Amino acid sequence: MTMQATDIATYNFAYLDEQTKRMIRRAILKGIAIPGYQVPFASREMPMPYGWGTGGVQVTASIIGPGDVLKVIDQGADDTTNAVSIRAFFKKVADVAVTTETAKATIIQTRHRIPEHPLTAGQTLVYQVPIPEPLRFLEPRETETRKMHALEEYGLMHVKLYEDIARHGRIATTYAYPVKVEGRYVMDPSPTPKFDNPKMHMSPALQLFGAGREKRIYAVPPFTEVVSLDFEDHPFEVQSFDQPCALCGAHQVYLDEVILDDHGGHMFVCSDTDHCEKRREEGHAGHLAGDAFAALQHNVPGDSGKKE
Amino acid sequence: MMTDEPLLRVSALSKFYGSRIGCEDVSFELWPGEVLAVVGESGSGKTTLLNCLSTRLLPTSGTASYRMRDETWRDLYRMSEAERRFLMRTDWGFVHQNPADGLRMTVSAGANVGERLMAVGDRHYGNIRASAVDWLGRVEIGEDRIDDEPRAFSGGMRQRLQIARNLVTSPRLVFMDEPTGGLDVSVQARLLDLLRGLVTDLGLAAIVVTHDLAVARLLSQRMMVMKDGRVVETGLTDRVLDDPRAPYTQLLVSSILQV
Repeated sequence: MTMQATDIATYNFAYLDEQTKRMIRRAILKGIAIPGYQVPFASREMPMPYGWGTGGVQVTASIIGPGDVLKVIDQGADDTTNAVSIRAFFKKVADVAVTTETAKATIIQTRHRIPEHPLTAGQTLVYQVPIPEPLRFLEPRETETRKMHALEEYGLMHVKLYEDIARHGRIATTYAYPVKVEGRYVMDPSPTPKFDNPKMHMSPALQLFGAGREKRIYAVPPFTEVVSLDFEDHPFEVQSFDQPCALCGAHQVYLDEVILDDHGGHMFVCSDTDHCEKRREEGHAGHLAGDAFAALQHNVPGDSGKKE
Repeated sequence: MMTDEPLLRVSALSKFYGSRIGCEDVSFELWPGEVLAVVGESGSGKTTLLNCLSTRLLPTSGTASYRMRDETWRDLYRMSEAERRFLMRTDWGFVHQNPADGLRMTVSAGANVGERLMAVGDRHYGNIRASAVDWLGRVEIGEDRIDDEPRAFSGGMRQRLQIARNLVTSPRLVFMDEPTGGLDVSVQARLLDLLRGLVTDLGLAAIVVTHDLAVARLLSQRMMVMKDGRVVETGLTDRVLDDPRAPYTQLLVSSILQV
């Protein structure tokens, strides 16, 4: 990458030095070659704490080029702290174009959601992963879990689902729901809601997973089979919501609960803010859209609410 | 269960820890449905032998071959790790002295029993649960305890749960390391009674390591007395206990406290 001639020390393009990027790209390529397999890599210190997406940032930094358009979401939202700061980080260190529109982005770094807008070929989804090992809470020994992956001993994963049914009458795991990739490796899809699991199956986009603290990278290449684990008599199913988004009226999307006041008032809105805004621009409206929402805003510090 | 071939053939098995002897030159055959007790004092190599036989340890020299369900003979120490682990969770069982070593303490009793079924590919919750209920019943654990964690169980119940967990895939060979160690006498008696019933009903072959001659007397048909890593005497249990020949066995038998 070109360095500007200046007396002041500058960052390399996209923060990481070229040797580090090379190392991470090799891990990514290996991950793509073995879908769902956790590839160890020499995770670097990043200018942010562990748990804030150091793995995802390293993956993004290694694959991003000057022509890329970056979108960063945190729980589906483009405007929360984590998303805003990571977006600002790449704007500063790579000078790339950023967007909040799913369709325009070439790289989407995400913490826990897959955008509602269908991804297309050529797009890359980068997940920030806290704990890459799906068997971790059942088997604490890393040597043992690696052996279990190697020998395809996945009975233990079903023990967890069994426990769910025994305790709650149904599979109560709602996020980090284990999946089997291409009929071989069981993988933790990072703590995305299981609502998004079906979107991973046969996705035309490349999906990369980076866990900075745990030093693992794994990948799901485009058009790969991703099957959520279940029991014959308790099949996998996604969450359903009995009301549409309060702002845009969308059905079949993942909703967040927003508390409105101290008297139990609440509403359910799209977790994907870009999707919600797009729909409202197109003229869709939920029961709290526009003036109805503004009227409720008197004690909510908000953006568009009228002050009275 | 009458066959004219043994289940397990062990010949000249030795395990050294550096220059120290774990067990040396052990040879025997185990027949289907037979319970063999390995007795001896602490440090006599009983547990080393058991760990070698169950492939948890690799011996320094010697062989052990096992007759698989398809009647082929396999050398245990030449099998791939995947095959060995598969064997251990289907055709074999291992009952640890401390139940916490053999159980998953943080998942319910039902899941503990069901784990092996799920490991061999059972994916029907209803069937797994029904098997768990059935097996808990057989080891005298009430159905109402199925969703409790083993942490909430007494020592005797934990040991019975461990046995159920091992037997659910109908193994043909079970290894037991001091199965009654650490239990009080009345609980021991019940457990032995239960084990004896299960072993007879299911036609299990078992290798039981114990320092308690009473356990050997109750459970086993044949016994092997070890001292300093070597076998000093083998024979039918009643014969060895009533008419011990080796001086060490005589000492062992005469050391039993009479109440």
